[in-house]
Amino acid sequence: MRFQRITIKDHTAEANLFARRCFIAILFVAVLMTLLISNLYYLQIERYEDYQTRSNGNRIKVLPVAPNRGLIFDRNGVLLAENKPVFSLDIIPEEIENLEQTLADLSVLLNIDKDQIDDFKDDLKKQRRFKPVSLLKRLSNQEVSIFSANQYRFPGVSIEARLARFYPYGSALTHVLGYVARINKKDLQKLSEAGLVANYAATHDIGKLGIEKFHEDKLHGEVGYQEVEINSKGRIIRTLNFQPPIPGQDLVLNIDINLQLEAQKLLNGKRGSIVAMDTQTGGVLALYSSPSYDPNYFVHGISSKRYKVLLDSKDRPLINRATQGQYPPASTIKPHLALAGLEKGVISAETRMFDNGKYQLKNVSHVWRDWVPWGHGWVDVKKSVEVSCDYFFYDLAYRMGIDQISETMSEFGFGDYTGIDLYEESDGNMPSRGWKRARFNEPWYIGDTISVGIGQSYWTATPLQLAQSVTTIVNKGRRLVPQVLSGKMINGKISIEPEKELRPIAIINEDNWDLVLSSMLGVIEEEHGTGRTAFKDTDYRSAGKTGTAQVVSIAQDAEYDADSLKEEHRDNAMYVGYAPYDTPEFSVALALENAGGGGSQAAPIARNLMDYYFENKTQQLSKHD
Amino acid sequence: MTENSAWLRTKLTPNSQPWLARIHVDGLLLIGLLALMGVGLVTLYAAGGQDMDLIQRQLVRLGLAMAVMFFVAQIPILAFQRMSIYFYAAGVLMLLGVLFFGVMGKGAQRWLDLGFVRFQPSEIMKLAVPMMVAWYISRFNLPPKIRHIILGFIFVAVPTLLIAKQPDLGTSLLIASSGIFVLFLAGMSWRLISLVTVLASLFAPVMWFFLMKEYQKQRVLTFLNPESDPLGSGYHIIQSKIAIGSGGVQGKGWLQGTQSQLEFLPERHTDFIFAVFSEEFGLLGILALLAVYCYIIIVGLLIAMRAQDAYAKLLAGSLTLTFFVYVFVNIGMVSGLLPVVGVPLPLVSYGGTSMVTLMAGFGILMAVSTQKRLVSRQ
Repeated sequence: MRFQRITIKDHTAEANLFARRCFIAILFVAVLMTLLISNLYYLQIERYEDYQTRSNGNRIKVLPVAPNRGLIFDRNGVLLAENKPVFSLDIIPEEIENLEQTLADLSVLLNIDKDQIDDFKDDLKKQRRFKPVSLLKRLSNQEVSIFSANQYRFPGVSIEARLARFYPYGSALTHVLGYVARINKKDLQKLSEAGLVANYAATHDIGKLGIEKFHEDKLHGEVGYQEVEINSKGRIIRTLNFQPPIPGQDLVLNIDINLQLEAQKLLNGKRGSIVAMDTQTGGVLALYSSPSYDPNYFVHGISSKRYKVLLDSKDRPLINRATQGQYPPASTIKPHLALAGLEKGVISAETRMFDNGKYQLKNVSHVWRDWVPWGHGWVDVKKSVEVSCDYFFYDLAYRMGIDQISETMSEFGFGDYTGIDLYEESDGNMPSRGWKRARFNEPWYIGDTISVGIGQSYWTATPLQLAQSVTTIVNKGRRLVPQVLSGKMINGKISIEPEKELRPIAIINEDNWDLVLSSMLGVIEEEHGTGRTAFKDTDYRSAGKTGTAQVVSIAQDAEYDADSLKEEHRDNAMYVGYAPYDTPEFSVALALENAGGGGSQAAPIARNLMDYYFENKTQQLSKHD
Repeated sequence: MTENSAWLRTKLTPNSQPWLARIHVDGLLLIGLLALMGVGLVTLYAAGGQDMDLIQRQLVRLGLAMAVMFFVAQIPILAFQRMSIYFYAAGVLMLLGVLFFGVMGKGAQRWLDLGFVRFQPSEIMKLAVPMMVAWYISRFNLPPKIRHIILGFIFVAVPTLLIAKQPDLGTSLLIASSGIFVLFLAGMSWRLISLVTVLASLFAPVMWFFLMKEYQKQRVLTFLNPESDPLGSGYHIIQSKIAIGSGGVQGKGWLQGTQSQLEFLPERHTDFIFAVFSEEFGLLGILALLAVYCYIIIVGLLIAMRAQDAYAKLLAGSLTLTFFVYVFVNIGMVSGLLPVVGVPLPLVSYGGTSMVTLMAGFGILMAVSTQKRLVSRQ
């Protein structure tokens, strides 16, 4: 539209122009309003479901709730591992205005030292700012009340309670129970491989050792879920839904805590271990490795200083000697070899030979000495076990040959894992030609065989393997797996799980077993029996076998003199045994490092443990009457 | 008077409320404004977490703004017309003052500290620019000649650039549109309009590379793809869209908006209050709210059409359309149509200065509406 140039204002024309432009502006407004509304329509109608879901996702959070870990009881229902509330002082970095000032104030209030502050700062770097970080991991009751009274001064700092494992018997059971500790990266990886990460979403600790580790799946339980409404800062406003976690199973062990404590007492100050088994079920009644350590430190994160002490100690407390200690079994395996010789027909009950103290082979200059320098004179197999005649077993080994020895001893489980429910186990070594070839790339020499006859040479076994093998002899070939776990505690009642068995040793002649068992009785009861002094005047009849293992080889013509040897070069004292002789129920194996003779050092400890076991048993029986 | 406007006068002039007109208050406009303020307070109560202190402070501001409106409405139009050029000149000087002696706040230099009071000269310019352009253009016959339009554009560009430099993109956008609306309403030819549009689009890359600060570029990038940084700069817009979208048709109900009540929405009582409103009152509530805005805009444009002279027409029309720009930009940015620039939802968002300016603008509208007959009687 064109307008004429005029000098006088044409108000009507201007008004019309303006009105038209206003009209266009209204159209413009209408178009833009429509644009806004269609966009809002799109958001609120077309994509309503999507945004609705996202809104709920914003406000509703599913929080995992950790299940309570199953408790662990001994065979008589005594609590061995429990869950106790612990209080930690947590800081949410995001909510703190001046962290340094807050830390300084808290240090004064609660006597926090610099190391703890430094540890906290390390943790802080690994954590996201809105997640709590523990400054103090375990507060005493006094600290809890001091802080609570001052809490108003510290926004963003709070006391958090959770349940943490506590082992009331401390070091007595470390090598059996193990312990739990904070889930680390490695654990997390294993969990994710097993597809269990979700189940551990709220869990703080995981079994790291012992029963806690082996039976983790039973003890842990199932995670629960709490559906909560949260605000943008992650603070929980209210709970919408709760699916409670399923607590872990309460486990009952075969361990008798009193027997275990007695074992600890007996081994106090020594390096060694004891395993006591129920010969009828294979249940592990006591298993103690000395020295031990307090597992409770590990639960809350052991300080590196304290851990270094344990790690560097020359007594090696972290090793479970009962299951990981590999010792030459020495004379303790003479009954086994005797049985094998009888079974294979290499010897008979009547085989006799004259022991002059020096065993020699034709055309070989080497002399194998008996532990009695002048020998035992005329011996048969029974007497050889009783007096632990080396000469007889040198000859037996020579005549059996390594192949037969290796085969028969492997049947007893030597060189193999016992199957105990602990991951910390060594398999020991049952030497053979093939093994020596593979290990040293050397042929097997006849001299090697002869040393194997007295449980030396390359033969090593753990005390647990010895206990298992003695139990096998007692059961005449029935082989039981040593089990720490007895069953579950359900509503205060113990439900026992059946024993586990391995392939039994086939026996041809029952008499051979009886002969070997009676020779072991002879060790205790015959005049020259090596265990006679130790087991004098017991209220029960027991049988056993002593062993004294050479740790270093003694020069051909040198005499063994304990006093002149350094401690770590002294002999290991070993003992295996069982009782009662007629109705066996209790077997024991023990190894004392660098203690000296098996008969003089190991046997008395085994006797004390048996005494304790039978005394307590009669007491319990009389109580029941 | 055209036949058309005469009809409008008989229909819309508040003859029924002569006492309101006598104190220079336009009743129809007042109803719309009060309705908005009511909606604003109700929404603010929800957005602010049921904080009565916040409501009280807002009430004080609304009262002050109403007083300013009432005061401005009493000033004769002729006085505005004569003041325009001085008002504008003073405003530009103050903007230059801000540039050299301004006080920093929130990463921008917007305030001028006069010792006893700190204020933003850019707020003055929201009124001064349309006044200046309207005054200048209305001196000549409409439609304006090209040279007048060019000068008009310069009057707009100077304060716009000064404010954009502070930087305050939202305000400079509002000021630029208020000036341009005057030129548009004055009858600037369509050919020129297309030319300016082309030039503006050519200017955009210049702005991007030379004028915009990093954070402003970031805002634009975020607007183009908010999901690229959901916890950082995209957080506002994502949470806001969730709030609006989850409101659905009927909304979650007053005080029931989880996005706002649980504090997921940022800036929820100021620039993003529309998201709170949408979440709690849904599309139906939005339509009602937009209806109120449309009502005010139509009433404003009718006042402009009925105005006696060109100056009043242009000023009233521009102020009304600028009011719409507030609404459009705010809702557009909150719902993800436009990049986030700091523009409040007029009369609903919590906040002081811009509301006072806005109500002063409505004061001018009321002056135009109610003083016309006084002028015609002279």
